[in-house]
Amino acid sequence: MGFLDITNVTKSYGAVKVLHETDISVEEGEFLVLVGPSGCGKSTLLNMIAGLEDITSGEIAIKGRSMNGVRPADRNIAMVFQSYALYPNMNVGQNIVFGLEMHGVPKPERDKAMNEVAELLQIQHLLDRKPGQLSGGQRQRVAMGRALVRNPDVFLFDEPLSNLDAKLRVDMRTEIKKLHQRLKTTIVYVTHDQIEALTLSTRIAVMYGGHVQQLGTPKEVYDNPANMFVAGFMGSPSMNLFPARIAVENGRAVAVAQLADGSDVSLPFPEARGFERHDGREIVLGLRPEAITDRDGADRNSGAVHVVEAHVEITEPAGSDTFVGTQLGGKPVTGRFRADVEVHAGQSFPFAINMEKAVAFDPKTEERVS
Amino acid sequence: MSSNASATVVRTGAGSRFVIYTLLILFCLYYLLPLYVMVVNSLKPLSEIQAGGMMALPDEWTLAPWASAWSTAQIGVEATGLRPFFVNSIVMVVPAVAISTVLGALNGYVLTKWRFRGDTIIFGLLLFGCFIPFQMVLIPMARMLGIVGLAGTVPGLIFVHLVYGIGFSTLYFRNYYQQFPTELVRAAMIDGAGFFTIFRRIMLPSSGPIAVVCVIWQFTNIWNDFLFGASFSDFDSQPMTVALNNLVQSSTGVKEYNVHFAGAIMAALPTLLVYIVAGRYFVRGLMAGSVKG
Amino acid sequence: MSQGAQGRRGGNDWLREALPKIVLSPSLAMVLIFVYGFIIFTFYLSFTDSRILPSYELVGWENYSKLFRIRAWDTAVSNLVIFGGLYIVICCALGLALAILLDQKIRAEGFIRTIYLYPMALSFIVTGTAWKWFLDPGIGLQAVVRSWGWESFTFDWIKDGDMAIYTIVIAAVWQTSGFVMAMFLAGLRGIDNEVLKAAQIDGASNVALYRRIVIPQLRPAFMSAFVVLAHMAIKSYDLIIALTGGGPGTATELPATFMYSYTFTRNQMGIGAASATIMLMAIAAIMVPYIYSELREKK
Repeated sequence: MGFLDITNVTKSYGAVKVLHETDISVEEGEFLVLVGPSGCGKSTLLNMIAGLEDITSGEIAIKGRSMNGVRPADRNIAMVFQSYALYPNMNVGQNIVFGLEMHGVPKPERDKAMNEVAELLQIQHLLDRKPGQLSGGQRQRVAMGRALVRNPDVFLFDEPLSNLDAKLRVDMRTEIKKLHQRLKTTIVYVTHDQIEALTLSTRIAVMYGGHVQQLGTPKEVYDNPANMFVAGFMGSPSMNLFPARIAVENGRAVAVAQLADGSDVSLPFPEARGFERHDGREIVLGLRPEAITDRDGADRNSGAVHVVEAHVEITEPAGSDTFVGTQLGGKPVTGRFRADVEVHAGQSFPFAINMEKAVAFDPKTEERVS
Repeated sequence: MSSNASATVVRTGAGSRFVIYTLLILFCLYYLLPLYVMVVNSLKPLSEIQAGGMMALPDEWTLAPWASAWSTAQIGVEATGLRPFFVNSIVMVVPAVAISTVLGALNGYVLTKWRFRGDTIIFGLLLFGCFIPFQMVLIPMARMLGIVGLAGTVPGLIFVHLVYGIGFSTLYFRNYYQQFPTELVRAAMIDGAGFFTIFRRIMLPSSGPIAVVCVIWQFTNIWNDFLFGASFSDFDSQPMTVALNNLVQSSTGVKEYNVHFAGAIMAALPTLLVYIVAGRYFVRGLMAGSVKG
Repeated sequence: MSQGAQGRRGGNDWLREALPKIVLSPSLAMVLIFVYGFIIFTFYLSFTDSRILPSYELVGWENYSKLFRIRAWDTAVSNLVIFGGLYIVICCALGLALAILLDQKIRAEGFIRTIYLYPMALSFIVTGTAWKWFLDPGIGLQAVVRSWGWESFTFDWIKDGDMAIYTIVIAAVWQTSGFVMAMFLAGLRGIDNEVLKAAQIDGASNVALYRRIVIPQLRPAFMSAFVVLAHMAIKSYDLIIALTGGGPGTATELPATFMYSYTFTRNQMGIGAASATIMLMAIAAIMVPYIYSELREKK
């Protein structure tokens, strides 16, 4: 039994099931990120943990105590909202301690807690201001202060950074991560941004269509996506997915894919992956852009780099890297080259493909083949 | 209409601008004409009006018509002037407006932030109640007021206006609270605030603008009502509009047009004043009430 | 969806969960009884032989068939068609024209708007009184123009049985057109200026701009204006009482005044109830689809 247990939980609105049977167990101090496109059920799940929405079936328990039927106020949770949800008529200080006031904490203690939190977040100078006078980043801090001051069992974050501009978002992301490392709190965090999910979490639940597609550490989810949805959703630019066929050449499994000129290329899998038993099977091959590089940029520690001469269709310099587009299996494929490689559209150029990082999916079920 | 929305980008030449301004000013005159007629004729002796001088400024300025309309004019059978009826209207309007606004605010809060199955139907029922022809309720309401002993009394009128005012005040607050972020209410719930605490501490402090709109709307409607006043009041509980109509329509004696005009201005003054002082909200309220269902 | 808190189970929780409904219930009860209950009661009365007092003796459709044979009801209905039609058309035309004019970056726009709108704040009794004497041939406009030297000038519609209904239109338009102007102005302000800029670059003249691009986009404002005006026309009562008292004769009777006089002065309550029912049907035919569509959109 974990610290926060979600057991067989579902949610339906009338006949529409928006969340299918879901089981997640969160340990104390864990940072769980629920990530997925809008409408995947992640916010619904968060609201059910908060008690803002009913559970249709199943059970949510915190510290072993069932939360079914318990009011949000009595769950010892705190939540940071997307819009920050600061009370516009109260100043920052009043906003922060409103929850304590509602729980009957006497004023001297409230003030003490408020000052501690304000110091922690460096917002002491803002305490007398109204939310309307604050910048987006400041509001974000106040919203976090309001959550922190309650010292809850679980923190819930509902897309807290999506209203900030790009630069501030990165800064606040770092700050939330530092805060978590310092306070060792248990956090459930909802976002649609896969980079946020990868950077912040200790574990990620990738959600889609009301199902948890994969639950794992960021590395597991990134390197070994459970299916094509997770593969395409996590990572940017997203994983290249193209049709190929498994063949066995000289006793070793290879993926055979078609180049732009119609000729076939054989990409040998590393040994010990056991793909030999899939001889002749049609697959969708998944390769991250960083596994397709120029020859000198290839991973020296990989034992399965294979160089393919291919036609360059487009180059997109992105400062630190240059993204180079070609075609494999009739699909556009993007590789990540070092920025100073001289490569031009229209050329034929050697691409170094790191097959150690390759994953294979079944074209029909879209599940991973292993 | 929001004052920050900008005028059109259509460009017009100098010639057409001249035409536009001329037309706009002509229409100003059109809308102001009856007010002008009322004001100047309330300040002149009857003889000047009878001599065909309705459009002219008074030769002899006098406040006598005002004094007469206020305290001595014949209303029905008694020469009381309009004063007691002005008082009736005030006594009627204040509680009716206050109670219907408070109920409307609570209803709007429930209908937007504590939604439940069937709430839209309930709101639809309240809303349609605003628009029914009140002829449809006159007969049973007269019966009911008679049975409970409120017929012909000011409290009876207060009750009637309250009942038929709730729909509009609920409409205003519902539309306003619909724009109010639900996340704030959720945050307050997690903070441990209950139903009334959220209303008092979170919703009400932000409800100033809509409260003003609702109060102005209800005040105007109830003050200006004639049908209920005519149907459910006795002589000594008549509101201002009914008394004014009695004054103007009385068939006995010489028609004192100047007194009628002075009385009409008295009946118009409270709402006009409210409109001029808080006109911008008033317009916004009219828009919200009718454009948005 | 703004689903609220979900406390339940146990006595206290039951109260907490029911509280919103408890708060709403007095208003709902009042509306159910005093609007819908009363509507049913009046509807029932329209099938009884009620005279000076309600009676519960059913007489079937007799009141309705009597009603349609009464000349005054005929007059009231055809007056409503004339009055309602002109009132709606003129208010919309004038309101739209004024809104377009006022939208041309006018100096003192706020001030002019206030002038156009203030009649809305007045009681129809005040409006009626002002126009009654202004239109009175003995002392009003006709007398004034004659005193200026145009001896043959005649404007006595208010005393003319055929023309009196038009004086109601004049006064009603005066009172409401500014409000319709405000509705259209709000609609104009809601139109995306970039679309207008694009049309200007495409070479549209100002007339074409309004006719082809702006006015078609005002459809919702037209709808709202129509609904508001139509429902006001059907309910018109105060203005007629103050301006003409329904006369001369019955020349300016409308259904609302007809209902009142048959019910309360002629003691024909059954017929009065029947006429009120017909008014309700007319308004419901306009309001119910409107309210339904508004509530659906908002879901």
